[in-house]
Amino acid sequence: MPLESKVPAGPLERRWLTHRDHLKLVAPANRRKFVVIIVGTGLAGASAAATLGEAGYNVKVFTFHESPRRAHSIAAQGGINAAKNYRNDGDSVFRLFYDTIKGGDFRSREANVYRLAEVSVEIIDQAVAQGVPFAREYGGGLDTRSFGGAQVARTFYARGQTGQQLLLGAYQAMSRQIEAGTVVLFPRTEMLDLVVEDGGAVGIAVRSLVTGEISCHAAHAVVLATGGYTNAYYLSTNAKASNVTAIWRAHRRGAYFANPCFTQIHPTCIPPSGEFQSKLTLMSESLRNDGRIWVPRNAEDERPAAEIPESDRDYYLEAKYPSFGNLVPRDVASRNAKAVVDEGRGVGLRKNGVYLDLKDAIQRLGRETIEERYGNLFEMYERITAENPYEVPMRIFPAPHYTMGGLWVDYNLMSNVKGLFVIGEANFSDHGANRLGASALMQGLADGYFILPYTLSDFLAGHLGEPVRTDSEVFRRTEAEVRERVQKLLSIDGKRPVDSFHRDLGRIVWDSCGMSRKESGLLKALQQIPVLKEEYYGNLKIVGNGDTLNASLERAGRVADFFELAELMCRDALARNESCGGHFREEHQTRDGEALRDDDHFAHVSAWEYRGAGEEPRSHQEHLHFETVQPTQRSYK
Amino acid sequence: MKVTLKVWRQVGRAASGRFERFEVDDISPDYSFLEMLDVLNERLEERGERPVAFEHDCREGICGSCGMMINGRAHGPRARTTACQLHMREFKDDDVIQIEPWRAGAFPVLQDLVVDRSAFDRIIQAGGYISVSTGSAVEANLIPVEKEVAEAAFDAATCIGCGACVAQCPNAAAQLFTAAKLSHLNLLPQGKPERWHRAVNLVEQMEAEGFGSCVNHRECEAACPKGISVDWIAKMNRDYLRAKLRGVRKMKLAG
Repeated sequence: MPLESKVPAGPLERRWLTHRDHLKLVAPANRRKFVVIIVGTGLAGASAAATLGEAGYNVKVFTFHESPRRAHSIAAQGGINAAKNYRNDGDSVFRLFYDTIKGGDFRSREANVYRLAEVSVEIIDQAVAQGVPFAREYGGGLDTRSFGGAQVARTFYARGQTGQQLLLGAYQAMSRQIEAGTVVLFPRTEMLDLVVEDGGAVGIAVRSLVTGEISCHAAHAVVLATGGYTNAYYLSTNAKASNVTAIWRAHRRGAYFANPCFTQIHPTCIPPSGEFQSKLTLMSESLRNDGRIWVPRNAEDERPAAEIPESDRDYYLEAKYPSFGNLVPRDVASRNAKAVVDEGRGVGLRKNGVYLDLKDAIQRLGRETIEERYGNLFEMYERITAENPYEVPMRIFPAPHYTMGGLWVDYNLMSNVKGLFVIGEANFSDHGANRLGASALMQGLADGYFILPYTLSDFLAGHLGEPVRTDSEVFRRTEAEVRERVQKLLSIDGKRPVDSFHRDLGRIVWDSCGMSRKESGLLKALQQIPVLKEEYYGNLKIVGNGDTLNASLERAGRVADFFELAELMCRDALARNESCGGHFREEHQTRDGEALRDDDHFAHVSAWEYRGAGEEPRSHQEHLHFETVQPTQRSYK
Repeated sequence: MKVTLKVWRQVGRAASGRFERFEVDDISPDYSFLEMLDVLNERLEERGERPVAFEHDCREGICGSCGMMINGRAHGPRARTTACQLHMREFKDDDVIQIEPWRAGAFPVLQDLVVDRSAFDRIIQAGGYISVSTGSAVEANLIPVEKEVAEAAFDAATCIGCGACVAQCPNAAAQLFTAAKLSHLNLLPQGKPERWHRAVNLVEQMEAEGFGSCVNHRECEAACPKGISVDWIAKMNRDYLRAKLRGVRKMKLAG
């Protein structure tokens, strides 16, 4: 099947507006005749559910969480970008577009990214109207700060809890529609399969996490808003339950998986302290605004930070990238941290971090200002490390954080499976090979509030009057397969608990397909993963059964899908024989150690087609056309 | 280090429960409390015993999933700290730690330490929002908000909906949760048009969910991991009273 991006023609700045004007509409009286399923209630899912509910569609929303407000968008700290130019510092829609496409190392679609920058301003208006308590100036206007990869201050924030406040805004808007009866919520209900008939999505199969009951729901369209797959690394900044299952099951039913190797390793996280660590904690990138990153010049320097004089400190980012300094994009900051730690200049007991030092800022601005900006982050750091960051510099190290890859979608956010839409982090669309800070919230809400509602109506308009029903053969078959899969996991009755497998898998993926990748490592991982997977299906131990709340069983299904995904990540990383953004192939670097792209061979999206268990997946390529910007070697010097 | 746990076990909503005793050794003081439970669970699974069910997700103190009574305190001994952010260095070697689920009639136990908090969602559905449909917003800076007001609204909005306030209250009242949302929205200029209806709807939905009455013990404030102030309860009572004096009744705001 050829990949049609459906990017409209015409001048870049008119494309979305013109396209929108020609999308088909569904009349208000007809909207309630359509059933739309949304899976996931993070920023993308909740904002889409609220908006479609307001429009009058019949929306069914599914989440495995006990409440929609638990979705992991809640944990986003730093902020949300918007090209408002309130600061009069030269920002514009074009600049946000340009920074995003450059930050992504020229591996995303121009038209998608331009649209994202365009609607960014409406998101702030909507959030403010909902009562999101953004930071304010004394004059009553909105405050902004700067973030990595940009030379303007366009990031709106609500202390270090911007994701929480934006998610609560979307959750509350959705709650209003639940009250109105347009949205029906199914909490503690996990999607375990997509039902596909004649190449189109017609519903989903789900399992109740309380009773274990497996059932099906039919709809005119299915929207997946199920987030990213960073937990393939086991240790990551994602919530423990974040997983790939919904989009992986859709992939197995025909949806192409795009750029699975494009994963983001976030530079500012708390370094791991021990072997039983269950997750890694992010310290917002906004700290890089006021914090200076350094390590001792000398690897043997064992003195506490305060005793190391300026002359013996290496502020390596400021030295190497004078224009952007500590605010280089995430991939660049992460790789440089890894480089100094690999040289033996890491700090802390395990020598596995670099300093993020706010001493100068505390002196310059006063403790009160720093507390107002970052108070909650400092408290969190202190709880975890038992060190006081007002007195000693924080220690940070990169950690898996976000996945740019995801299900392939066209300009309308529809996958190659008709009627299957994918929004937010779950799709691949806007961030190329590296996402800039404060852009995930922007994309999730852009998709949910302002893009999907238009493109979905265009799809639905052609299906008026079609019945939705679950009493067909394809639903029965899918449901039976889901039941069989759950049963299979329960019946293995081996010796090893699921987490021990997940940890081992994570180590393989981190070592081979983490911050840097090379052919030999990827080939080795492609041998190790199937061996571990085989052990999984022979030696997994799940206590209990399938008809009660059983967290191990839930995790076992998710880890089973991570195994398959991990192979595809490595395969994709191997096939992309270039470096770009977060995908750093050691074989391809500039003399300064920067990512060296190969635009002649790899200016494309790799979209993988599932061809059955044990079959090699097939790669399809969508060529990326650059008409407005010229791909260049990124420079942040 | 080594600790002894007395954990509430209950297989399902209708089942009766009891305390079960576990010894967990070889624990690092740097483990979080939940990592200590992970270790326990993995050992139980290896022995073929049912692991302890507990709710958790972000493990950063923001999603509000985790929550358990630890030695009689919601989220444990450390102030302004969720259970997931509590570390074993807060305990001593050979400590006995009692772990129970939130205790409240409006939060029925589903299994072990997992309770059903959907009553909170229904309170929000009754009016915990500003009714503004997507696309109808005005330019953001056309609504100036005094910095002090924005900060105060944030202080209330920081609630993570974990339910510690209810669990710690001798009456299992949900005043702090409800007042925090009401105050967040009623303080802001955007929230003013619906403030009286919001007050009545939230308060009366809270009562309908079977939460207890507030008798000013202030245990909720002490237990709140986000430090939300009981002053908001006074504000809620004022708003509610003023709304009732205006003759406002509970009604559907949405639809």
